[in-house]
Amino acid sequence: MPFDQILQYFLAGVTEGAIYATIAIGFNIIYNTTGIINFAQGEFLVLGGMIAVTLSAFLPLPLAIALAVAATMAVGALVDLVFIRWLASPSVLRLVVITIGVSILLREGMLHVWDEKVRALRHFTGSEISSVRFLGAHIAPQALWVLGIAAVIVAVLAIFFRFTLVGRAMRACAANRTAARLCGINTRWMVTLSFCLSAGIGALAGCALSPLTQTQYDMGAPLAIKGFTVAILGGLGNSMAAVAAGLILGLLEVFSISLLPLAYKDAVSLAVLLIVLFLRPGGLFGRLEAQRLKEF
Amino acid sequence: MRRYLPVLILAAVVIAVQLVVRAAGAVYYLTQATMAAYYCLVTVGLCLLMGYAGQISLGHAGFFAIGGYVSAFLTTLRLEAAAPASRFLSRLGVLAERQDLYENLLLGVSPWAALAAAVLATALVALVIGLPVIRLKGHYLAMATMGFGLIVFRVLLGTRFLGEADGIGGVPPLPLFGLEVSGGRAHRVESYYVAWALVLAALLLAVNLIHSRVGRALRSIHGGEEAANALGVNTTRYKLATFVLSAVFAGVAGVFLTHYNGGIGPSEAASMKSVRYVAIVAVGGMDNLWGTLIAGALLNFISLRGYLGSYDDAFFAGILILVMLFFPDGLLRPRWLKRGAP
Amino acid sequence: MRTLWTKIVLAFALVLAALPVTAQGGTIKVGAILGVTGPASNLGAPEAKTLEMLVELTNAAGGIGGRKVELVLKDSGANPEKAISFTRQLIEEEQVLAIIGPSTSGETLKIKDICEENQTILLSCASGEAIVNPVAKWVFKTPQNDSMAAIWIYKYLKDKGISRIGVVVSNTGFGNLGKGQLEKYAPEYGMEILIAEVYDKEATDLTGVLTKVKAKDVQAVINWSIEPAQSLVVKNMRQLGMTMPLLQSHGFGNIKYVEAAGQAAEGIVFPCGRLLVADALPASHPQKALLENYKRQYESKFKEDVSTFGGHAYDAFTILAEAIKRAGSTDKDKVRQAIENLRGFAGTAGIFNFSAADHNGLDMSSFEMLTVKNGKFVVLK
Repeated sequence: MPFDQILQYFLAGVTEGAIYATIAIGFNIIYNTTGIINFAQGEFLVLGGMIAVTLSAFLPLPLAIALAVAATMAVGALVDLVFIRWLASPSVLRLVVITIGVSILLREGMLHVWDEKVRALRHFTGSEISSVRFLGAHIAPQALWVLGIAAVIVAVLAIFFRFTLVGRAMRACAANRTAARLCGINTRWMVTLSFCLSAGIGALAGCALSPLTQTQYDMGAPLAIKGFTVAILGGLGNSMAAVAAGLILGLLEVFSISLLPLAYKDAVSLAVLLIVLFLRPGGLFGRLEAQRLKEF
Repeated sequence: MRRYLPVLILAAVVIAVQLVVRAAGAVYYLTQATMAAYYCLVTVGLCLLMGYAGQISLGHAGFFAIGGYVSAFLTTLRLEAAAPASRFLSRLGVLAERQDLYENLLLGVSPWAALAAAVLATALVALVIGLPVIRLKGHYLAMATMGFGLIVFRVLLGTRFLGEADGIGGVPPLPLFGLEVSGGRAHRVESYYVAWALVLAALLLAVNLIHSRVGRALRSIHGGEEAANALGVNTTRYKLATFVLSAVFAGVAGVFLTHYNGGIGPSEAASMKSVRYVAIVAVGGMDNLWGTLIAGALLNFISLRGYLGSYDDAFFAGILILVMLFFPDGLLRPRWLKRGAP
Repeated sequence: MRTLWTKIVLAFALVLAALPVTAQGGTIKVGAILGVTGPASNLGAPEAKTLEMLVELTNAAGGIGGRKVELVLKDSGANPEKAISFTRQLIEEEQVLAIIGPSTSGETLKIKDICEENQTILLSCASGEAIVNPVAKWVFKTPQNDSMAAIWIYKYLKDKGISRIGVVVSNTGFGNLGKGQLEKYAPEYGMEILIAEVYDKEATDLTGVLTKVKAKDVQAVINWSIEPAQSLVVKNMRQLGMTMPLLQSHGFGNIKYVEAAGQAAEGIVFPCGRLLVADALPASHPQKALLENYKRQYESKFKEDVSTFGGHAYDAFTILAEAIKRAGSTDKDKVRQAIENLRGFAGTAGIFNFSAADHNGLDMSSFEMLTVKNGKFVVLK
């Protein structure tokens, strides 16, 4: 393959990988604080995009996005308050089923509020045909935005969890909930905060993605599945690893297109998921004990 | 004998419904009742797996689809009568002729041979997937099974000879001791009875299983796996056996429904279907066979009749969440079942 | 325990008995199975809206032959097994005269047998040629054949001297059938398909597959799908610096796809019915008044742009209504024959000329080659 084609595949893979990594980070935040896998994570992305599109009709774009993120965070908090908070000690099965139910409700809710039509946010810079040349390959400026925003999210979260009081409180909850409570940390609000944060990240990613991928009410579930493939690939709970895993999966998928018929692209990533689960459930970068520690 | 009482009651209800419906001149309800029966069959197996063996499966629709597709593919083959492969198969007695919409005669595998092949295929896949899957727990188990269901869906969707997005159509009826399982108006009543007879047989099997050594072993696993292991129960073997059995139930349901509908599409393997099966088992109560049956019959019937229109999925999700939040042990627990729990 | 079971049986029986028995009181019952929600919602939703609007207008004008029309609409969500279940329901319980829909070729092919067996008229809104070829007595369809769209595209490309093409389709029935037609007619028009790929209809990024297409050095790209991913193909192509012409199928007939693709949509060429360029038609054109009427009514009622998909439902209903009038009765077989005898009937998709051998009634002239200019659909000169 000529170099510029390889580079092109590489860029496509990196862009997709950044998307998957962002979703996986959203999963990890909630998982770390609560041990729950939030199947509704994909819906947060779509919700953020939808709200932003509606608002951007009469508000400047940055404001529309900010409000969309805030609104989705509120929805995230609501999900926790209404469905999760007062469950005593729920079994895994119960939680899985509840979050699946929540994701379906959110999706149907979006369908009836916004209807089935597809929407797209304005490009942040440039337009649908702008393209940046890079050593013989092309990349859309919006893709660069996606990469940039993903990087910023990862950096900000790293600082948040390491250096701020609230962030460390959340980590404490993740490590050992009872001990955290004994230290005076209000674990219930930490859980709500983690849902807020995940929802906000999802919404921001959804807004950045919307010009590229368009937004439709039922886009959430497939994205979520890719997201947790990546989360598991990197090791559940480990967000740095999720970034690496996201890039790996994105590249794997895109390069598989060059070899296999496109129809099997998703089967490839699902097969990867199954292989990881069967052989190394701790993920490529995790150890099972670290799993239990659930560090960011 | 007491344990078989519900089975007899169910049989009575099934007959009663048919008679009532005939008297009311509303025989067409039997169509959805028949389809609901097959979906119930899947949930009976899933109940055994989830309630008694304690394994969640978010991919059971995959087994349903495997069963249905294998049988659909084999029975809709257009073999050349003269080809050596056909002659060999014909000598084995597995071929059958059928007529299509345009009065052509086509040669394919007989539905009964296809059924056997489908059951075998489903069992094999369940065995292969089951071995690694049952070692997983919690979220990993959920996601592995979901991943399996999705792979089946993607493969079905992307493969040309399986019809890709349109699936396989033109599946002939299944002949049964002079009766026929098919959707035609003339065969409606017999198809209805065949479907529910199948469910009753599955229930009998399940009840026997639960009250046997195997059932006790399963419950011990569900109660506490390490303890069960310590007592010498081969947990892996029992879990795997239940997994395969529940997969076979799903596969058989798939075969029969495919013949009834005259076709199958990749949507039968979609994750939403798997979620529905899990929802029904959850609503009925994880280890409550009868609850699952009632929930399955009612919810599937409502969905197939289209009473809820576009709100079907939302309704399902709503019920699912309500039950999981407020009635984690399921909605339908007849009191007598709790008393002197077997 | 006994009481619980008794309750359940009673409840069940009550539910069954309480449901309405079919009322025949002089109304004409027309059934419709459409994918209003779900993956085919871009087709089903406008189709459902169009039907509801037409039934309302017809009844307001006194119905057909003095009898009001009752529409029984079922949302199949593009699910074949729901379509099958609803078909049986509509035929046996509601005892409809005819069924309009389904929205997708996949569903239609699954219920074709049931309708034939039960001798109920089916007017499908799906475009797969397999629906009417080979012809089944009771099954009709209103969209143009996908084979014709393929031929139009190939004629255009041949005129431009293009012979090396890349084809991308979505993994739906529509897409796969389209791919089949393109492959079938390629040799006849001297086309060489260098690459043909099927993408997932829910795909969010197609740069991967388009990179593969770009590498094959094609002169034009044909995209065949009905979902929003169509706009993605366009955008991704331009973003990758692929400047060759892009041709779409007749599934592109909704201005929303152009809006979604923005500037990238400029210059796309596709064959389509004349609904979208009604204002550009000469006043004497037999379809003009009808198209402008439909557009006006639909847009003022639903505040959204018309699409050719809604038009297929429009045609199905108006054809049925006309056939009932001409047959002078609602006897199924008479109406069926009346449809077969319709000639020169103007619809949104074209001029219909049915016959016993042709249950689609449209030919190559029903299409017009359109293109996108300044974000609008115009006729290609």
